[in-house]
Amino acid sequence: MSQADLTMEGHSTGLTIGPVFSIPTKKLAMWLFIIADTMTFAACLVAYGFVRNGTPAWPRPFHSITNVALMTFILLTSSLTMLLGLRSARAGDKAGAFRWTMITAAAGILFALLHVREWLGLINEGMTLFKNPWGTGLFGASFFSITGLHLTHVTGGVIALIVVGVRYKGGRYNADDIEILGLYWHFVDLVWMFVVPLVYLLNLTH
Amino acid sequence: MTTIAAEAQKSGGIGKDLIVYVCLLALAGLQFVIAYQNIDVSQMFVRMLAVACVEAGLAELFFMHLWSEKRVFLWFVIIFTVSVLLGMQYGWTDSFRMVNGAPFSK
Repeated sequence: MSQADLTMEGHSTGLTIGPVFSIPTKKLAMWLFIIADTMTFAACLVAYGFVRNGTPAWPRPFHSITNVALMTFILLTSSLTMLLGLRSARAGDKAGAFRWTMITAAAGILFALLHVREWLGLINEGMTLFKNPWGTGLFGASFFSITGLHLTHVTGGVIALIVVGVRYKGGRYNADDIEILGLYWHFVDLVWMFVVPLVYLLNLTH
Repeated sequence: MTTIAAEAQKSGGIGKDLIVYVCLLALAGLQFVIAYQNIDVSQMFVRMLAVACVEAGLAELFFMHLWSEKRVFLWFVIIFTVSVLLGMQYGWTDSFRMVNGAPFSK
């Protein structure tokens, strides 16, 4: 139906245009969520920066970068496997898309386990939300808040990956749903790129 | 050619994704190298943040396919996000005042 026909039927052109920014509504919703979540993480990191900057003897408890480097590698690689899953889904390869999505979820689980192991190590050294052996108690509060918020996002992402992967395999979801979930997973990866330098690397013992 | 296949072709092959992945790994490695440099914390912070911003840009443009979206949407995301992030920086003077005391007090 041409635009002239629509106008003839009494529709205004404003009602006949596509979705905002010409992208699907679900995808736009995910982008808006990502922008909002960016503000949440940014507020946490900026608040952490204020406190760290304003505290003269800020603790530097991290001795090794091995664990955090491994976690970074796993999360970055999981973004690549997510892309491979999306590529398979777009090509109509259901088995491949399901496989890559589950590999991404497995990488997320591995990341979460390494994260929990690191937390337990710090807790065993005497670090809690309100005190630690190295100095101001604010360190524990900010560290657990920021990494905990990120870990919550990873955990939610892993659950979503499994649910969407299974439903995609069952035919209830399509490649668009994989793409939208991929946006979220890449965002989780993106946030980690800021958490690592600000929370870990700036607090290394030299 | 179907729309999906055309879109996949337009977004480039797996090679481009691999190149971006390797770049992200290299930039992440660079952050670890910076962490072991014998420089002031503020300099370290600026360098690491700059690298993180480049990493985030690459991930958003190519992994999240923002580059393939309409330009108006690309600019909407960039302008909206950056303006709010910049707005959050208004309180840094208070943070410095906690350490150095009130500026211009004499």
